[in-house]
Amino acid sequence: MREGLEQWDYVVAALTIGVIGTLLLVGWSLAAMIRAERRRDKVRGK
Amino acid sequence: MHGFANPARFLRLARWMMPLLLVSGLLLSMGAVLYGALIVPPDRLMGDTVRILFIHVPSAWLGMAGWSTIAIASLVELVWRHPLAAIAGRAAAVPGATFTAICLITGSIWARPTWGTWWVWDGRLTSFLVLLFLYFGYIALSGAAQRDMAGGGGGSRITAIFGLVGAINIPIINRSVVWWNSLHQPPSITAGKSAIDGTFLWPLLIAALGFSLVFGGVVLARMRTLLADIQAEARLRRKAMA
Repeated sequence: MREGLEQWDYVVAALTIGVIGTLLLVGWSLAAMIRAERRRDKVRGK
Repeated sequence: MHGFANPARFLRLARWMMPLLLVSGLLLSMGAVLYGALIVPPDRLMGDTVRILFIHVPSAWLGMAGWSTIAIASLVELVWRHPLAAIAGRAAAVPGATFTAICLITGSIWARPTWGTWWVWDGRLTSFLVLLFLYFGYIALSGAAQRDMAGGGGGSRITAIFGLVGAINIPIINRSVVWWNSLHQPPSITAGKSAIDGTFLWPLLIAALGFSLVFGGVVLARMRTLLADIQAEARLRRKAMA
């Protein structure tokens, strides 16, 4: 039983890191894209 | 392919493709990870830790796919001088490095209950760590090349050559578990064959497809970012010279 609980600790840690890492990557890429395109439009005077 | 050399045409395509790839990819990948965590039965030998498979293996594939993208883009940049190739290579670097890091961290977490250690300096783990360092080098070099390009230098070609030379590590990672003794298992999926039971294989393939779509969406978002930066810098330079 103890071993089963320990296994789930590792599973939860790995899946959390993977999911949060992926979501952070997507969020950061979108935020950087929006910022860069706004700056370009501002420079163009749009 | 040269039809997409025109940034305006590429941007028209990327504007509808990027959200489609990101939304479908996130739905598929997160769904497959949840299915793997909650519904797939425990493995006979690895128990519940087998559920780490659904995030570790797609990350490993995408870590290698990221550098393969860089190598192909570098070749296209050097041989055909395709204007978007350098941008595509640079856009693949950050997502590639992120998935490589996720693969190394989740692999280390999986190793502790399975092997009894967090890390071993064997061929597979070491060559994958080298891949992460190659990504860091490429990201630093491409950043410097972008600044160099503003001054009219040829830093982009040096970055492309680094991208091509670094590709030597990909077959080394792939064959490392065959060439050297390792705690890491040998390849489970080879051309047309799989040692993985269908109960685990199908959610794994769906997770891999989902994470690949996310990767594609992030690369398109990064390409739009880099293009917007280049266009803004070019406009500012023209204004300064006028």
